[in-house]
Amino acid sequence: MSVYYTKEHEWVKIKEGVGAVGITDFAAHQLGDVTFVELPKVGKEVKQFAVLAAIESVKAASDIYSPVSGKVTKVNDALENNPEIVNEAPEDAAWIAWVEISDETELKNLMTKEQYDEYVKGLE
Amino acid sequence: MTDLRSTPLFQRHQDLKALLAPFGGWNMPIQYEGILAEHRWCREKAALFDICHMGEFYFQGDFEKSGLENVFTFSVKNIPVGRSRYGFLLNENGGIIDDLIVFRLDEDQVMIVVNAATADNDFEVIQQRISGGIFQNISDTTGKLDLQGPLAREVMVRFFGEKVAEIPYFRFETMEILGEEAIVSRTGYTGELGYEIFLKSHKVGELWDLFMTDDWVKPAGLGARDVLRLEVGYSLYGSDIDEQTTPLEAGLEAFVNFDKEFVGKEALLTQKEEGLSRRKIAFRVQSRRSPRHHYEICFKDDSVGSVTSGVFSPMLGCGIGLGYVQPKAADLDTPLTIRHENVTMEATVVELPFYTGGSLRK
Repeated sequence: MSVYYTKEHEWVKIKEGVGAVGITDFAAHQLGDVTFVELPKVGKEVKQFAVLAAIESVKAASDIYSPVSGKVTKVNDALENNPEIVNEAPEDAAWIAWVEISDETELKNLMTKEQYDEYVKGLE
Repeated sequence: MTDLRSTPLFQRHQDLKALLAPFGGWNMPIQYEGILAEHRWCREKAALFDICHMGEFYFQGDFEKSGLENVFTFSVKNIPVGRSRYGFLLNENGGIIDDLIVFRLDEDQVMIVVNAATADNDFEVIQQRISGGIFQNISDTTGKLDLQGPLAREVMVRFFGEKVAEIPYFRFETMEILGEEAIVSRTGYTGELGYEIFLKSHKVGELWDLFMTDDWVKPAGLGARDVLRLEVGYSLYGSDIDEQTTPLEAGLEAFVNFDKEFVGKEALLTQKEEGLSRRKIAFRVQSRRSPRHHYEICFKDDSVGSVTSGVFSPMLGCGIGLGYVQPKAADLDTPLTIRHENVTMEATVVELPFYTGGSLRK
């Protein structure tokens, strides 16, 4: 399994051509208490860096962008009634959707864990 | 922009790792542990708020001869000593310069408590409208802590004695706290049983520390305070009401006494006669989405107004908000659509307060 990150603070964990997508610890912390997650529809086709989902916290509303192009094959229904999972386990239980990756060459546009950590350090 | 001001508790907020942000010209704690956790603590236990940014004025003199009697939308001389009253300072057009509370300290003395951002202007406006008497801006030397929540009374009694337990809603007592005279008022901005304590600003730190020794007390920031006040439908000055809105449009006529004179009365009477072109409404969203300031409000595909305040309500489990709309969309149960960019949410006009389970009058 390999993990990549975006500048917009999404992560994608890839296993056998399918990427689980969520937002990073850093993003969850910045948002504060998450109160709502708008999940994509299963079957939705999404382009890399296009809007995949939306998230709202007590403080702010923002879009979640897809780190990869492909088709949404599964969404995390638990987030509908328990969006606080995003604060509790942003990089684990709070995956938002699975995307069947259509173009693996796009992964070169993403950051590795080390690169992302370095990038976040620059923001703090 | 002028420099941000800090309350006497600034260092304590930093030590608690609070998130601080500008509010009304002050660098204020927005949250400590988290907005929702602090909100819940206030609804269940007792939350402590640093409200030192708010303004306080002192007046001593003859209310009628000085003209103070006609400055606000309510009568000052009719407030019994030991009680307080909420109302407005209006401009000639009936627009709200500020919403405030007047505390009748004595036969010839009042304290006026105003919003932080408007304090300096309020002071000038009031000063221009009165003559004679002593009128002072005591904001710099006056600190204010709010202790709010169903357990607030027990905490207060523990520290300051049984006398506190006897203070009814919207009344206050002058008592000695930490060796200084202080005002303990049964008022607040959360919909819960609670107290606002006014004391010398150099004593605020000591009182804060004392409260923080109690296991039932936790600090709460302005983020939680905003959710708490909106759940019970209180207006926030600068968002829900301002100089462009009148108490009639805001649905706050109950705080306007037309049997007396006050600046802005003519304009309000004219507005009453001609009818309102917009009204403040409360609405409930049919999902967990939060409406936010400036979002558009639509009724049957017509844009009819905009949102002035909105949050996710933890008590109701849905989005709630206040806004102004054309009268045709202001009736209870009217179905509305709230729009912003690619976001839409269905909502319904409801009665205030949104949340009715608070301990306010217990």
